[in-house]
Amino acid sequence: MTTASSEKKSRSWLKEEFGDPERRSAYYMVAPALVIILVVAFWPVAYSVWLSLHDSTITTLGSFVGFENYVEMFQNPDFRLGLYNTVVFTVVSVAMEFVIGLAIALAVNRAFRGRGLVRAAVLVPWAFPTVISAAMWRLMFSPQVGVINYVANTLGVISEPILSDDRLLLIGAILVDVWKTTPFMALLLLAGLQVIPGEVYEAARVDGANVMQRFFRITMPLLKGTILVAVLFRTLDAYRIYDLFWVLGNRELDSLATFVYEGVRISQLDFAPGNAAAVFIFVTAFLIAIFFIRVLGMRTSTEE
Amino acid sequence: MASATATGQSAGRSALSSILFYAFLFIFVLVSVFPLIWIFKMSIITKSELYQTPPTVLPHSTNGSEYVQIFSDPSFQKALINSSIISSVTTVLCLFVGSIAAYAIARLRFRFRGLVMTLILAISFFPAVAIIAPLFIQFTAVGLIDTYWSVIIADTVFALPLTIWLLVAFFRELPVDLEDAARVDGATTIQAFRKVIVPLAAPGVFTTAILTFIFAWNEFLFANTFLFDENTQPVTVVIPNFASQYTVDYGAQAAAAVVVTVPLVILVLIFQRRIVSGLTAGAVKG
Repeated sequence: MTTASSEKKSRSWLKEEFGDPERRSAYYMVAPALVIILVVAFWPVAYSVWLSLHDSTITTLGSFVGFENYVEMFQNPDFRLGLYNTVVFTVVSVAMEFVIGLAIALAVNRAFRGRGLVRAAVLVPWAFPTVISAAMWRLMFSPQVGVINYVANTLGVISEPILSDDRLLLIGAILVDVWKTTPFMALLLLAGLQVIPGEVYEAARVDGANVMQRFFRITMPLLKGTILVAVLFRTLDAYRIYDLFWVLGNRELDSLATFVYEGVRISQLDFAPGNAAAVFIFVTAFLIAIFFIRVLGMRTSTEE
Repeated sequence: MASATATGQSAGRSALSSILFYAFLFIFVLVSVFPLIWIFKMSIITKSELYQTPPTVLPHSTNGSEYVQIFSDPSFQKALINSSIISSVTTVLCLFVGSIAAYAIARLRFRFRGLVMTLILAISFFPAVAIIAPLFIQFTAVGLIDTYWSVIIADTVFALPLTIWLLVAFFRELPVDLEDAARVDGATTIQAFRKVIVPLAAPGVFTTAILTFIFAWNEFLFANTFLFDENTQPVTVVIPNFASQYTVDYGAQAAAAVVVTVPLVILVLIFQRRIVSGLTAGAVKG
């Protein structure tokens, strides 16, 4: 806000901004929120980048090493496994959530009895703390008392306990995430569907458009904005997955974020590569957001 | 899905399609609530029934011993209190800081409004894990580790975008005339906000409070990073640890999960309409 204050030609708008009592109070009112966000979120990110270029530990900054931490990070098999798991988890779970969520939204986009009950049921998984739902599913996957492990084993779907196989564990994590967040996706898409005026469909029907044509020519284009917002939010959420993996896998299922956590908080030796992975997550998440906004043409709400 | 488009068909087909529709809804609702029901069942049956193979579908022998055990565990009691403190303080802070900022963004004209909104919303795209290392170092330096404040501060920052976003949407729906009238009567901007907007916006503020509270109650990463002392750990950190503490006591784990979830489920059932309107407020208008 004050970066331009020294320039002479900026005086006039400064006067206009801060001379007017209404505008001045606007700045007072947003100042606390901005200060908190700048100090506790933006500054740490900058500091994190700075740390990642040094041979740092939890207590010392260390000497400047350039990109060595990143090289070390990529050489670490745990990081590569975490990256693989995170990408698979993100792509598969978001794709499933989108397809199932859209199907549900289309199905319930009409007046019917028991709407309130369905809405309540939809919200139940969403309101669970992720770690608690992970703990619940872990109980149901358990080889001793787990009903899902029992059923899957009886049906011959699995040859060994779910919790002791890394691939099954990743599939389990995807299913738990789909269970937990599909309703949320459906809710967002349903809200988007409800603002499409019914007359548009009426007109298309009169013109002889069939179900498929109406879906691809009307529903999808008019829903695009909502879809992009919902999918971007879910993608970034899935990409930073930590709590579900940590608890469901009892610390043994790797994601990018668990790699960061282990490096920063548990092992003292891997602090620097762990922090480098944190910066890696930040930068790649930023690129994903840019991709949605620039390439796919997502509108952001600030462009009023 | 096909049933949704079958209006105006013959009576037989519409009856069939409506049966299919309700069957679909039934499966959907069942899948959504099944884990909670099943875990509840696991928490009330006796140990011998718990370990039976094949597992029983309906509970045969019930008792409440798991709940007695959970509630007599002082670390669990403490965790519930800690969660309540952290979530309440976070909610109050977010509402206080968020509502004044949201009012300015919703109602007042100023040069950097777009930039301010972008900066705030950028946080919701922020992977929280990206800043745990620097925050840990800074919190250690100022002695906040293992205190409620470490988690409250971090949670507040990440809940603020949600709070502000929702409040901006709610404030925009309120009529401007009333504030203008207040200003004509000589009220300042701050007074107009406090005396006119705050009471009118109470339902929206309440919805925002619920969602912020749920967000803070469910938070895990910061709590698990900054709190290693049982005296300040919330339930999200303590319950997964039960898995190692009560290694084979699956019933106690189930009971603990039920206790933490039930308040949220009740909150959601009572306020479902508000919560849905809050959750979808941003996405559709955006």
